[in-house]
Amino acid sequence: MAYPTDRKYTKEHEWIQASGTSAAVGITDHAQEELGDIVFVDLPKVGEELAAGKTFGSVESVKAVSDLYAPASGTVSEINGDLATAPEKVNKDPHGSWMMKITLKNPAELDALLSAADYEKFVAEEGGH
Amino acid sequence: MGAKMVEFNGWDMPVEYPASIGCGIINEHMAVRTGVGIFDVSHMGDIRLAGPQALAAVQHISMNDASRLAVGQAQYSALLYPQGTFVDDVIVHRLGEDECLLVINAGTREKDFNWVRDNTRNFDCAVENLSDDFTQIAIQGPKGVDVLQKLTDADLSAVKFYWVTRGTVCGLKNILIARTGYTAEDGFEIYVPADEATSARVWNEILSAGKEFGVVPCGLGARNTLRLEGKLPLYGHEISDTINVWEAGLDRFCKMEKPEFVGRAALEKAKAEPIKRTLVGLEMTERGIARDGYKVLDDGGREIGYVTSGSPAPFLKKNIALAYVPPEFAALGTPVKVEIRGQGVAAQVVPTPFYKRPKKTA
Repeated sequence: MAYPTDRKYTKEHEWIQASGTSAAVGITDHAQEELGDIVFVDLPKVGEELAAGKTFGSVESVKAVSDLYAPASGTVSEINGDLATAPEKVNKDPHGSWMMKITLKNPAELDALLSAADYEKFVAEEGGH
Repeated sequence: MGAKMVEFNGWDMPVEYPASIGCGIINEHMAVRTGVGIFDVSHMGDIRLAGPQALAAVQHISMNDASRLAVGQAQYSALLYPQGTFVDDVIVHRLGEDECLLVINAGTREKDFNWVRDNTRNFDCAVENLSDDFTQIAIQGPKGVDVLQKLTDADLSAVKFYWVTRGTVCGLKNILIARTGYTAEDGFEIYVPADEATSARVWNEILSAGKEFGVVPCGLGARNTLRLEGKLPLYGHEISDTINVWEAGLDRFCKMEKPEFVGRAALEKAKAEPIKRTLVGLEMTERGIARDGYKVLDDGGREIGYVTSGSPAPFLKKNIALAYVPPEFAALGTPVKVEIRGQGVAAQVVPTPFYKRPKKTA
């Protein structure tokens, strides 16, 4: 799958798509494929402060639990409530299924993240698919 | 097949097959409950005991009563240490008057074989480790019989659950066919020669024959969720060398009326004392998934036990777990909590097995 170029990626397999100081966060196609059937997404509460690189929640497949890491610092402004009842949407459309939106504390933090091409290369080198 | 592989007790094993061919743990699990799935379970070990005292030897080393087995019959049993805890659980197949086959777990193969050999030295029987001689393929699910019947001359309708027969399978003569499994579903396990070309050919022929029944290849992930719904124990989780038969609730497979077997004396003593912990089924009543090793808390937040196996149950569509708790928390309906990432999440004690396959209506 081609990774959308309208966003940035982390080595922990999250994506972040910013528009001004607001940004949507989700997990990548590679992450959902590695996890398998996703059955549970645990997300923070609106208003919570997140620090870049720190865990903000978790995603669970039938077989495993995986931590989610904040790609950037900020305040949670919105949670995708659909995922509470239909977590499998993350498998079906990983790049369309945002998990939360945050108000960025410092949009320049995104400059340090991976581009789509770099992320794709990273996944290939990690011995992925 | 592009399966996702994992190392399991030194074996490269498929966890699940790809979504692109209709697989993934949930689909694989559902196929076995409603249709048919096949598993490569070659990692399982096989120990053959043969000789005039083979049955007596099996009686000495196992807790169930193998003398009740007719030739061609199988039973669930366990090998115990003298203290009444588990070496391993096994399926004992009585293949002849003087021949038994024990099917054992992958992670305990060497330990089990050494233990069986050492504990049967006083019996007139040969003990052979046949683990590397067979590829074991499990064909599981209500339509498993239809798939396998296309590939064998043996009359499978005559083979009852936990019985074995021999027949030609995929052109291979004298193949052992057992109506057994680890999925809480009807199904068969066949034992074919382990060479790669033969194993691969049989695997592919089963997939082709099963196409009309919607067969899917299944990995270890589905095997685990299927056995958990059926409350079938897994070594290292529900049973181990520190857990005894009474705690594990496997009383009905332990025949204390047998005058002697390894572990019996300790179990007799343990039976006279109050039990400290017991295996219960839990269902999460709040959002959250219990996982192996998570703590179980009482309603007030005090630690009372731990989860041995926990997972979403794909067929039941609930989050279930098996856990050891003190007996005062074992009553059905008892509210408890499971500690998930530092939070106590509500669960309650429920009847087990979580899933029981529907009785066949003739």
